[in-house]
Amino acid sequence: MNVIQGWGASVIEAVRGIGAAVLLVLRAFFAWPRVDGLRRFIYQMYRVGVLSILIISVSGLFIGLVLGLLGYSILASYGVEQKLGVLVALSLVRELGPVMTALLFAGRAGSALTAEIGLMKATEQLASMEMIGVDPVRYVVAPRLWAAIVSVPMLSLIFTAVGILGGKLVGVDWLGVDAGGFWSNMQASVRFWHDVGNGLLKSVVFGLVCAVIAVYQGYACLPTSEGIASATTRTVVLSSLAVLGLDFVLTAVMFGGLR
Amino acid sequence: MTDFSSSDPLIIVRDLYYAVSGRVIYDSLNLQIAKGQVTGIMGPSGTGKTTLLRLIGGQIKPDAGDIILEGQSLLTLSRESLMAARARMGMLFQSGALFTDLTVFDNVAFPIRAHTRLKPELIAELVRLKLEAVGLRGTEQLYPAELSGGMNRRVALARAIALDPELVMYDEPFAGQDPIVMGVLVRLIRTLSEALGLTSIIVSHDVEETLSIADYVYVIANGRVMGEGTPASIRDCPEPFVQQFLKGRQGLVDDYQYSRQPYLPAIQGRPT
Repeated sequence: MNVIQGWGASVIEAVRGIGAAVLLVLRAFFAWPRVDGLRRFIYQMYRVGVLSILIISVSGLFIGLVLGLLGYSILASYGVEQKLGVLVALSLVRELGPVMTALLFAGRAGSALTAEIGLMKATEQLASMEMIGVDPVRYVVAPRLWAAIVSVPMLSLIFTAVGILGGKLVGVDWLGVDAGGFWSNMQASVRFWHDVGNGLLKSVVFGLVCAVIAVYQGYACLPTSEGIASATTRTVVLSSLAVLGLDFVLTAVMFGGLR
Repeated sequence: MTDFSSSDPLIIVRDLYYAVSGRVIYDSLNLQIAKGQVTGIMGPSGTGKTTLLRLIGGQIKPDAGDIILEGQSLLTLSRESLMAARARMGMLFQSGALFTDLTVFDNVAFPIRAHTRLKPELIAELVRLKLEAVGLRGTEQLYPAELSGGMNRRVALARAIALDPELVMYDEPFAGQDPIVMGVLVRLIRTLSEALGLTSIIVSHDVEETLSIADYVYVIANGRVMGEGTPASIRDCPEPFVQQFLKGRQGLVDDYQYSRQPYLPAIQGRPT
């Protein structure tokens, strides 16, 4: 009986959490900080976006290098290594770019957002902000949420571009695939709206999900050191699972012929 | 009830009932905060004094009863009007609760920027004035982490009075301060209330300091008012608990053990 009670309680708790997160996001979505909102937004863009460029570029490069190697060895066995460009570009544009960017973003920026907001809560900074008459959702949460939503698609583009260069480095410059075939096959097969557009749409969704999870976990965490630690962990775990699960659904709808 | 000869109440707390996870914090609490006066709220640790300030600030809602600010119930206000009402209040948190990523200047300027559209030069002038009032002019460019605990609290005080609020709430302003800082704070709070005509609420368990600056004092314990009066009259309050609290005697009325259970039966596991 107690086991069932426990399950029921955790389901109710989860539903309550999702509801609270949605309400928080709706409030933050339509609230712009009254006190120099644009400056705060740009500063957050710098923190979660610009400072993530290095890790995103390096990861993109290595993913592209590996894709080039793997793709070449398989395609060459069929004698169609000219199609390497298509393989590398489509994998990155449709799947790996958005997904890997979101995973890296959750680990690098999402966890930091949770810890920062959680610590502000633990040190009564959010409470004192409320007592001053400034809504923390408006002032603290909204700029971070918007910065994440805007920066994740941009980071995803950088990841994809660097990854394609990595694939070209291995395929064309090292393994000797014909450069003309590499690029022209890619150009012929990758469609702008269907592939690039849907890939970008994916990363907008992932960015939103990662940001919401990170911000909510920070805002709702227990204001203790252990509470902040477990909230930070939950941010990374939940974001990763949500991104991977959503990616399957989105791929099925966008590219899986479900329409 | 309370006799207010000098002025009208700014805040009326009426039949307040508040419980957290089954534990009753306040049970039909009644008190009034007189306008333009310093009201001290004293009581042992853990009686929910900070909770009372959060209730008055509208950060948490009571389970029953009412909190009335100048004739208007705080409980029925919308989120927006509550935020506007808070612009008229300042609160000094026990920890100071300064924004750690802002300088002293930006911390004190924060409420001014949030609620007014003044020019930067004017804001700078106001911030200098407030820092001068708490004796910390020249610390503008420091970060809270670079200040001592006492300085932190004085910056927090400057921030709390930045908008010249009508009401300032002090949460344990003297706790953990050395005697010199304590003396400075006592004088500051008194001077500020008199010079600016503020209404002040001081929540504290430092008896002498609170009695020395308060115009009216409430002693709270077990969720209700145990005694009230002017500092002079509260010392003669017949209520045994008030006498115990003011004089720091043990074993008169209130056991200081949390569980309030006799020791021997408790360790023998016998029901009490």
